[in-house]
Amino acid sequence: MAKVVAVTGNEACANALRQVNPDVCGIYPITPQTDMMQRFASFIADGKVDTESILVESEHSSMSACIGAAAAGGRVVTATSSQGLALMWEMLHIASGDRLPIIMPVVNRALSAPLNIHGDHSDAMGARDTGWIQIWSENAQESYDNTIQAFRIGEHMDIRLPVMVCLDGFIISHSIERMEYLEDDEVKKFVGEFKNFLPLLNLEKPISYGPLILTDLYHEYKRAQHEVMTKVKDVVLDVAKDFEKMSGRKYGLFETYRLDDADIALVILNSAAGTSKDVIDTFRDKGIKAGLLKPRLFRPFPYEEVAEALKSVKAVCVMDRADSFGGYGPLFMEITSALYHIKERPVLINKIYGLGGRDYLPSHAELVFNELNEIAKGAKVKNIKEYIGVRE
Amino acid sequence: MSETVEIRWHGRGGQGTVTAAKVLADACLSGGRHVQAFPEYGPERAGAPLRAYNRVSSKELRMHCPVLEPDIVSVVDATLIDSINIAEGAKENTIFIVNTTKNPKDIRARLNAGSKQKVYTLDATKIALDCFGRALPNSPMLGAVCKVTGLISLEHLLEDVRKSFGKKFSQKIIDGNLEATKRGYEEVKEG
Repeated sequence: MAKVVAVTGNEACANALRQVNPDVCGIYPITPQTDMMQRFASFIADGKVDTESILVESEHSSMSACIGAAAAGGRVVTATSSQGLALMWEMLHIASGDRLPIIMPVVNRALSAPLNIHGDHSDAMGARDTGWIQIWSENAQESYDNTIQAFRIGEHMDIRLPVMVCLDGFIISHSIERMEYLEDDEVKKFVGEFKNFLPLLNLEKPISYGPLILTDLYHEYKRAQHEVMTKVKDVVLDVAKDFEKMSGRKYGLFETYRLDDADIALVILNSAAGTSKDVIDTFRDKGIKAGLLKPRLFRPFPYEEVAEALKSVKAVCVMDRADSFGGYGPLFMEITSALYHIKERPVLINKIYGLGGRDYLPSHAELVFNELNEIAKGAKVKNIKEYIGVRE
Repeated sequence: MSETVEIRWHGRGGQGTVTAAKVLADACLSGGRHVQAFPEYGPERAGAPLRAYNRVSSKELRMHCPVLEPDIVSVVDATLIDSINIAEGAKENTIFIVNTTKNPKDIRARLNAGSKQKVYTLDATKIALDCFGRALPNSPMLGAVCKVTGLISLEHLLEDVRKSFGKKFSQKIIDGNLEATKRGYEEVKEG
């Protein structure tokens, strides 16, 4: 039976990790780390898990320790945020290149300078090309559910890749809301025993990880990494099906909200999607057909499925809580790529919102929907990319 | 009470305002309700003005932004009335609950409250000092919010205060806080 609780997103994820009971956890114990790892460290100290913690002097070392432990043959977790993820950058590529299924909740927070650790997607967007699977979460419940599912996805024998589970800094990580925990044994059964694949500690069969590969085969190795990413979508959907059987909660590659007959729509990640849904209801009440698409699997990105879902919409605004300075927002670039191959496609605009924890308010969503409504009726697009919620 | 109740807390760092919002959220979980509790994060300094928020609803809470139009404004430190606009975004029927030594009529006048807005007061700091010897007005404020909103029964709230404070404090402090919560419930007055 599910247990209903009022907890923070961090507490929810720490409990998911407790229920999985991993072998090893790399922990950098200082900000920008959040209290997620502090809570998990308490579970270790209280004997609630058998996990061996490795306290390290930096996030770079944390990921290095995780890579060593995962290559040795353990089920390995860590968590990070903001500058911490940035400092891991070099090692993130090694984790994925070595095909090590490390599971890592990422509390999405801004990058310096100037110093700011509030909700923002710049950290995880910067890790887009590191070869990790990325799953994004709207609220505490989704953060918890996605963390549990991440083990089944990353550890799948056809996949063996590390997974980031993204949740919004402070807005979800440090805010309390109602959610439901699964039973410990349900989670244990769902993730199953960890299956080793070519562990370093198997002395009968000595191997090396990440040795030098020169021009003869590096290209082929990277192509193989691309190939495995193409299989992730199916695994994500299979795991979601099993998860639904257990929990009753449905997950896909993305979520749509009132999108089927929509004339105008937002594409928006994480917690801001929830606020937008409430605004969509008020527009629907006024007879304006508004809808929303919230990506869940961001890497690999489900281009065909997203294009199919958005193709009948007249005007779409892609909302980015991160910027690629001198370029469009990172999510906008994905959506335009997805829709380019369709003959009759929606008009697309891009808004940058909520950087460094700036509140995303219902009034912001209203402004965007009003602009989309004009565009859908034939008004010209003034600016493709624009910042909203800016203090003048 | 309507389908969703939105509460804004005004306090100063170190008064237990954020804890109050958390305890209230936990207590309101009963009956299958959805809850949220979150502070406005900034540099955490003792004495600095801070806000915290609650939403309680029979429906799923999807909104993830500060409460802009509160149904209830709970003021844990009355000196804030002179330095910030605690009535910001208030609706015509917003309820104010203020920790003050003044009587509710004076506070009503000070806030220039509308005819449909209700104003309640209690001396939560004195209650806290009486009950456990420290100027931490959060538990009597919780008692007052419980009484005024009717969101939960006093017994239920006391059980949650016991649970939340039980993790951190001695029996003497817990008992003092339970007494303070009860007195906050009993002593809050409408003006």
